[in-house]
Amino acid sequence: MKNLMRYLSMRLLLTIPMLLILLTVVFIVMRVIPGDPVSAMLGDHAPVKFVAEKKHELGLDKPIWEQYIDYLAQLSRFDLGRSMILQEAVTAPILEKLPATIELTLTGLLVALGIGIPLGAWAAKNRRSVGDFTARLYGNIVYCIPVFWMGLILQMIFGVAFDWLPIAGRVGSRVMSSDFEQTGFYLVDTLLKADLKAFTDVAIHLILPALTLGITLSGIFLRLTRANMLDNLKSDFVLAARARGLPEGKVVYGHALGNAFVPVLTMLGLQFAVLLSGAILTETTFSWPGMGRLLLERIYLRDYPTVQGIIVIFALFVSVISLLVDIIHALIDPRVKY
Amino acid sequence: MSEPLLKIDELCIDYPIALGTVRAVRGVSLEVQGGETLGIVGESGSGKSTLGLAILRLVRAPGRITAGRVLFEGKDLASVPEDQMREVRGKDIAMVFQNPLTSLNPLMRIDRHFLEVLRTHKPELKKPEALKLVREILTDLGIEENRMGAYPHQLSGGMRQRIMIGLGLVLRPKLVICDEPTTALDVIVEAGFIDLLKRLQKEFALTIVVITHNLGLVAELADRIAVMYAGQIVENAPAEAVFHQPLHPYTQGLIACVPNIDVEQETLTTMDGSPPGLVDPPPGCSFAPRCPLAMGRCREQEPPLLEHRPGHWAACWRINNE
Repeated sequence: MKNLMRYLSMRLLLTIPMLLILLTVVFIVMRVIPGDPVSAMLGDHAPVKFVAEKKHELGLDKPIWEQYIDYLAQLSRFDLGRSMILQEAVTAPILEKLPATIELTLTGLLVALGIGIPLGAWAAKNRRSVGDFTARLYGNIVYCIPVFWMGLILQMIFGVAFDWLPIAGRVGSRVMSSDFEQTGFYLVDTLLKADLKAFTDVAIHLILPALTLGITLSGIFLRLTRANMLDNLKSDFVLAARARGLPEGKVVYGHALGNAFVPVLTMLGLQFAVLLSGAILTETTFSWPGMGRLLLERIYLRDYPTVQGIIVIFALFVSVISLLVDIIHALIDPRVKY
Repeated sequence: MSEPLLKIDELCIDYPIALGTVRAVRGVSLEVQGGETLGIVGESGSGKSTLGLAILRLVRAPGRITAGRVLFEGKDLASVPEDQMREVRGKDIAMVFQNPLTSLNPLMRIDRHFLEVLRTHKPELKKPEALKLVREILTDLGIEENRMGAYPHQLSGGMRQRIMIGLGLVLRPKLVICDEPTTALDVIVEAGFIDLLKRLQKEFALTIVVITHNLGLVAELADRIAVMYAGQIVENAPAEAVFHQPLHPYTQGLIACVPNIDVEQETLTTMDGSPPGLVDPPPGCSFAPRCPLAMGRCREQEPPLLEHRPGHWAACWRINNE
């Protein structure tokens, strides 16, 4: 456990250079692409005097390296700065939108694992059967479908054709989110208020986006679980467990799946960044008021500090998840040493 | 003679593969008396391991038993329903595998392996009683009690092999099948293993089937030896007779290959050639292509397994001619 602590603090320290590299790239890219906050605000035909004045006010008339050093100095005080477009701190919209994204990402992940792992294990157990073939086909198809297209198809089927589920937003018009909003995680908030009607409404709005994200990602988990299960089902300890007369379900879903889960978990840590980018696209498809939509909006406005701030938060989020994965890994596999 | 504990009757096992059908076991018949130790020896690919797995009906897919019976206490294990078979596994017949390093679940503590078997076969057993049983058997195997909470990777190979035996014996089975039990162990640990098995056999009145290519191991352990070649039994005799008066040319060749410390030898004796492919095996005696004594008849007709001396069976046309 002491070693684990040392390893974790090491990993946390390593996120600092990672963040620095990432920020530098974003900083340069944002300033290299055409357009800037001032022209986004004032339009192309604004008088040159106004433009120069505004640029001076925002510090954009300084050389780029000076702006970069100023920004880093600011960051070292744990300050993400203020928006160049709106009169607000960078953290304000981020704190407001982050819970929506986390809620979508985690439920999407649950769906992906909930479909991928059991189906993959079952397919491996029934290798070469019609069911196995169907499961693999499903895995390959959803793996290939772009997440926004999947979103559109689900919207058309369940939202338009059957009219069962809402296709946009986090809550319906009959529910006021201000009535229960505390943490920003609406599922949690409505439960805290014990407001069943609101909870149902929030949950119903979450179904399609979470399914879109989850189904798209379930393919990779299905294939990975299946491949690892096949290896484990052939292993000596599975044969030995069978020879001791253990029931087949215990052998397959206990011994073999337990061991097959370890590499799946590793994959989960690696795939989390992909999951986040999928969430951004899903948010756009479903008008989900989260970080993805915020990011897109602020890129259009060339709001440099906010875009940079969002990237920092995303990077920290991915780091935290990968740390969590490492901890869980060490807890379930006794052979893991840090 | 009394009814044998295990009687294998004309057993055939096939593996259908893309190239055809691998006939891994071809009409094997065997008897094992209660309390006896039978050694099954043969080269890699002779079908001995498949035969061992077939007794517990654990032949890996796509392999399957195509003919014959496996009678254990008069019950045909080749045809009983799966749930009855599962009760036999572990409870009546235990199996100790070739590779103790990989035969334990790496994510499970040793005690949980034991508790799992006990709970499966004796659900009425309370946990403290079960733990007491586990402690007893571990002490018997010379494993300290504080090792119960260890994970497999924290134990040495020899210790893990003893755990495997413990897992097999905790339910007091009547028959133990050891498949290459010492292949993964070094010689010192192997010697310890042999002593342990001998002691346990006396203690629990075990019947043992040892499957191996190691003639030294069967010389130490077995009362009777069955020699397998290309999926068939070519000689089946008391251990003494196999080593001192082997009848089949293949057995004679095998014995000649074992280096003897008392004899000055320039080079090791070896046997030329390799066993035939088991997809469409050739007609006649399958050893004929490598046999120094082979004659015309050997390549045309398969020799039957006949009792040439009391209790000493062999399948060779040459013996009949002498």
